[in-house]
Amino acid sequence: MIPALEIDHLHKSFAGTAAVDDLSLTIEPGEIFGLLGPNGAGKSTTINMISGVCRIDRGTVRIFGHDAERDYRLTRRLVGVMHQEIVTDHFFTIDRALKIHAGYYGVPGDDAWRKLLIERLGLGDHLHKSMNKLSGGLKRRFMVAKALIHKPQLLILDEPTAGVDVELRRALWQFVREMNQAGTTVLLTTHYLEEAEQMCDRIAIMSGGKLVALERTADLLARLDNRSLLLHLDTPLDQVPAALEALHGQLEENGRLLRISLAGDVVIGEVLQLLAQLNLPIRDLELPRPGLEEVFLDLTGLQLKDRKGNP
Amino acid sequence: MIDRLRQQRRFIPWLPFATLLQKEVRRFLRVSFQTLLTPIVTASLYLFVFGATLGQHISVLEGFSYAQFVVPGLILMGVINNSFANTSSSLFISRYLGNIVDLLVTPLTPPQVILAYTLAAMLRGLLVGTVVLIISCFFAELPFVSPWAAAAMAALASFLFAQFGLIAAIYANSFDALSMYNNFLILPLIYLGGVFYPISILPPFWARLSHFNPMLYLIDGFRHAILGVGDLPLSTAFAVAGLIAAALFGWAAVLLGSGYKLRL
Repeated sequence: MIPALEIDHLHKSFAGTAAVDDLSLTIEPGEIFGLLGPNGAGKSTTINMISGVCRIDRGTVRIFGHDAERDYRLTRRLVGVMHQEIVTDHFFTIDRALKIHAGYYGVPGDDAWRKLLIERLGLGDHLHKSMNKLSGGLKRRFMVAKALIHKPQLLILDEPTAGVDVELRRALWQFVREMNQAGTTVLLTTHYLEEAEQMCDRIAIMSGGKLVALERTADLLARLDNRSLLLHLDTPLDQVPAALEALHGQLEENGRLLRISLAGDVVIGEVLQLLAQLNLPIRDLELPRPGLEEVFLDLTGLQLKDRKGNP
Repeated sequence: MIDRLRQQRRFIPWLPFATLLQKEVRRFLRVSFQTLLTPIVTASLYLFVFGATLGQHISVLEGFSYAQFVVPGLILMGVINNSFANTSSSLFISRYLGNIVDLLVTPLTPPQVILAYTLAAMLRGLLVGTVVLIISCFFAELPFVSPWAAAAMAALASFLFAQFGLIAAIYANSFDALSMYNNFLILPLIYLGGVFYPISILPPFWARLSHFNPMLYLIDGFRHAILGVGDLPLSTAFAVAGLIAAALFGWAAVLLGSGYKLRL
């Protein structure tokens, strides 16, 4: 099967500093693919090279088998991109702007499709408003509609839900899922890691312009070998019981929380038996599931949520 | 529902170009007070000053009133200024606001982008020129010796300055820098290019120097086509103006083709 997107040894520098460094990855048709990384990781530059906003220094980008530079007139029709920066044309209303964008892609007006996008993205009440009268969230929803107006085969969403309220965020992801089920391949970046965990079939993590991980989402999460058992205690302990030292027991919150490492070959049943024998004043216990945040931290040493000060 | 609606429609190769052209025309019509009415009012004031008042007492060309002499220059000034303003402001605002990416991600080719911007600019420039021409009928009677040559020169002038507008919009880094092109380049060249006087009345040195002013060929050629007399042969005016227009088109094509200051 021809890949939806094939990036081969892609390289881009700005003023001598590599923004994307020897990046290679493949996205299969029908996938929802997540591209994550901290600020400056090279995600947006990669998206810009795929969509044609950015010139490619070295390497190739192939979209459904076609070279994105040589066959750009074809590949750009196959791609719909929503960029991270909010950009709108203040001269036009939402309705007019959507018609203009369909025309840019050589697609004759499809009223039914335009109306569907307007309805599903909650733009109906704002159709005849000028762009400069729209809130940030509305502009972002308009940008999603704009990216989809020519019915692309590959949809690229760069932080589509930033500044969008929870209800609409859920509706947007539901719509993206439906688009995907109808055959659209999706490449997305997001600040919300739980969204990436829920939405993506596979996830690539970039750091410093390089690819540091590319796996199925479940495999990526399973890679993490530092699960812990958290014990909430009724009465605080002064020191970790000697029997738990082998499990790297640690006291937190003034002795009210005992953290036990489950790394390696530790069998949780044996740990529970040991705890019963120790007769500790346990009020509650927690087995937190490691998330992408931990995977990300493990791979890059950087916190995703610290990026740009955004949530 | 999505499945059914998602079916691809046939690609129409000329539609991206036609859409950009339509969008550019809509853009200047949406702010028509600024883009059409203001230049027409300005040109009308010039016509009043030089046609109905001052012009009655001056003569610079034998056999013609000053109003007859100055009107072709004023018409072409409107064409030039507005063609330049349309491409330069539209492209620069797109760069400034960042919505130029909306064009960069489409299947539009650089020649299509240049042509769409250029045709919209020509339409605005020629619209202003036509209205000024109609208003000028109240101030001076023009013989229109070669009307087709006059129309061709006006079209060539608007094409040339539409290209210059694109180039300026790409090189300019601020609105201030963009206004410099207009205030410190185009305006002096227009005023010194024979709008208000024939170069034949200048001292020999200044007359020779004026031949390096590209505006001279446009203005003199346009006036020559209307009045039947000029400082230069009509063929020379067309040849020089045509060469400059071709060179600027090539320059604009290289800039847009390479994505200079447009693509990252």
